[in-house]
Amino acid sequence: MNIAKIPLGDWVERFEDWLTGHFGPLFDVIRLIIQGIVDAFSFVLMSVPALALIVLIAALAYWIGKWKLALFALIGLLLIQNLGLWEPSMQSLALVLTASLISIVFGVPIGILCARSNGVRNVVTPILDFMQTMPAFVYLLPAVSFFSLGVVPGVIASIIFAIPPTIRLTNLGIRQVPADLAEAADAFGSTPSQKLFKLQLPLAMPSIMAGINQTIMLALSMVVISSMIGAQGVGAYVYRAVTQAKTGVGFEAGIAIVIMAILLDRLTQHAFKKKS
Amino acid sequence: MAILEVKQLTKIFGQDPKRALAMLNQGASKADILKETKMTVGVNKAEFAIEEGEIFVIMGLSGSGKSTLLRMLNRLIEPTAGQILFNGTDVVKMTPAQLRQYRRKNIGMVFQKFALFPHRTVLENVEYGLEVQGMEKKKRQELARKALQLVGLEGWEHKRPDELSGGMQQRVGLARGLANDPDILLMDEAFSALDPLIRKDMQHELLELQSKMKKTIVFITHDLDEALRIGDRIALMKDGVIVQIGTPEEILTNPADPYVQRFVEDVDMSKVLTAAHIMYKAETIAPERGPRVALQLMRDSEVSTLYVVDKEKRLLGLVTADAASRALKENLSLEEVMERNVPRVKPDAYLNEFFELMAETRLPVAVVDDELKLRGVIIKGAVLSALAGNTIPEAGGA
Repeated sequence: MNIAKIPLGDWVERFEDWLTGHFGPLFDVIRLIIQGIVDAFSFVLMSVPALALIVLIAALAYWIGKWKLALFALIGLLLIQNLGLWEPSMQSLALVLTASLISIVFGVPIGILCARSNGVRNVVTPILDFMQTMPAFVYLLPAVSFFSLGVVPGVIASIIFAIPPTIRLTNLGIRQVPADLAEAADAFGSTPSQKLFKLQLPLAMPSIMAGINQTIMLALSMVVISSMIGAQGVGAYVYRAVTQAKTGVGFEAGIAIVIMAILLDRLTQHAFKKKS
Repeated sequence: MAILEVKQLTKIFGQDPKRALAMLNQGASKADILKETKMTVGVNKAEFAIEEGEIFVIMGLSGSGKSTLLRMLNRLIEPTAGQILFNGTDVVKMTPAQLRQYRRKNIGMVFQKFALFPHRTVLENVEYGLEVQGMEKKKRQELARKALQLVGLEGWEHKRPDELSGGMQQRVGLARGLANDPDILLMDEAFSALDPLIRKDMQHELLELQSKMKKTIVFITHDLDEALRIGDRIALMKDGVIVQIGTPEEILTNPADPYVQRFVEDVDMSKVLTAAHIMYKAETIAPERGPRVALQLMRDSEVSTLYVVDKEKRLLGLVTADAASRALKENLSLEEVMERNVPRVKPDAYLNEFFELMAETRLPVAVVDDELKLRGVIIKGAVLSALAGNTIPEAGGA
């Protein structure tokens, strides 16, 4: 017996059309908001002279970390500047910061909801698995059809890929608060939100911070893919280098991404440690 | 009136508690229900009343349901059926907001593993119960400091819990439980995690605190020695059922069933019974009545010694039959012939504290209280018979 192919692809496309048809204005609003955030970050990062910003970041690294980190920041960022990649790097950074910010703003509350209810967790977990394993190229296409080309679909794709660790580790951190401490909070008559803010979140903070750190790293790893749909930045240099087989250009841009990654990672980690 | 009255309180863990409850009401046992429905009867129709100001100990081995029972009293565990009346109000029927008020104002708790908040200082831990009530910072800090003083931890306010020893951590737990001045304090195996010496100190301190503060305390333990030492009354639990409620003496001397009996058998009676438990009534005489009356009294009551006491029953000394005869012959007063160096113990001394004294002396040991009044007398036979587990004589007064 010959079973007909299930027209899964058709269904998805029809669903996509339906969404674009009915929710066009909503997508426009989202696009404007995200574009606004990216522009704000870009404006701040680029209106400061490169050298001033480099010194500022190195000082920040010295304050929250060690002189070694400050030295690395100074040398690494000067190298980016020297290679002529400062402006695209800052564009990419604006994209990463936007995606991370939105991921945190939505990820932490969703993680808290997951920790409070097994029902919510059981729904959210498979969605997160889906988001993390579905190849990014696949959801770039609908992102473009909803938000058109440019940095916004890049931000959306980055969020989809980068938000799961924040949600997962917020949920985990809260669930790992020892049962007798939660009992003690209840026994003294805490409201649910007093328990959350006075006990669960403070104790879950290291775990939440680890999640946020992962989210930032994953967002950064999306800059090249985002450039395929028109996001400007250092990712676009890599992408162009690949398509034109220019190893040297690709390597230079790659180094810039690595330097930003290491800096973001160390800075966030040390900042969280210093805080706790 | 009882401050807390528990009626038919039942907890069933499982998928369909109503079904198990119906079976329970038809007389099914815990084992039957487990076998048939895979549900566990945690507490089975507990019924008791706790009086204001008493230390009520709930005792049982692990799995006996004592911890579940305790947690139902402030609804950390929701009861399946039954009533908990706090000054007449049913706690089970309280709305979440009412329950919070009850937890904030009326019922505190101390936990087995302390359950201190590691991210807060000692003072902030003690403040917690007041903080969630919305009390302003200055006032709650003042109350928290007072509570810390009460448990002897002034000067440690700004340490973190993990900088403190186990005993000190539990003092913080105790201070936290006392800070909002609740009517009832629940203590869940509060001293079980401490080593034996510290544990004994804490028991002692709890009793001292109790004598000052007159809280109603519900204390859970699996240790009979502890239960006997601190409990005004003890409820013994087995398989979710309260098998006996009584004073320590009632439990020891009159175990309600073989289960309690077995529990009690292992008790080292010498650490439980005090001088007051085993003393007999002492035969006494006032000094001015003279040797002739003394000898007559000895013959009448068939004893060979008399205790000489003044009008306030304060012990002056002891006369033997020989001494009384000598006084009669040589025309001396009782005070001139009596033995003033009488071996004595306090009424609350444990047997094991005066074994040695008993062994060293030929004379019976006098039981004398803090005001030097003679309360009774202990003879060797009574000690041996008490240790052998025989009936304890009626406590006698002089």
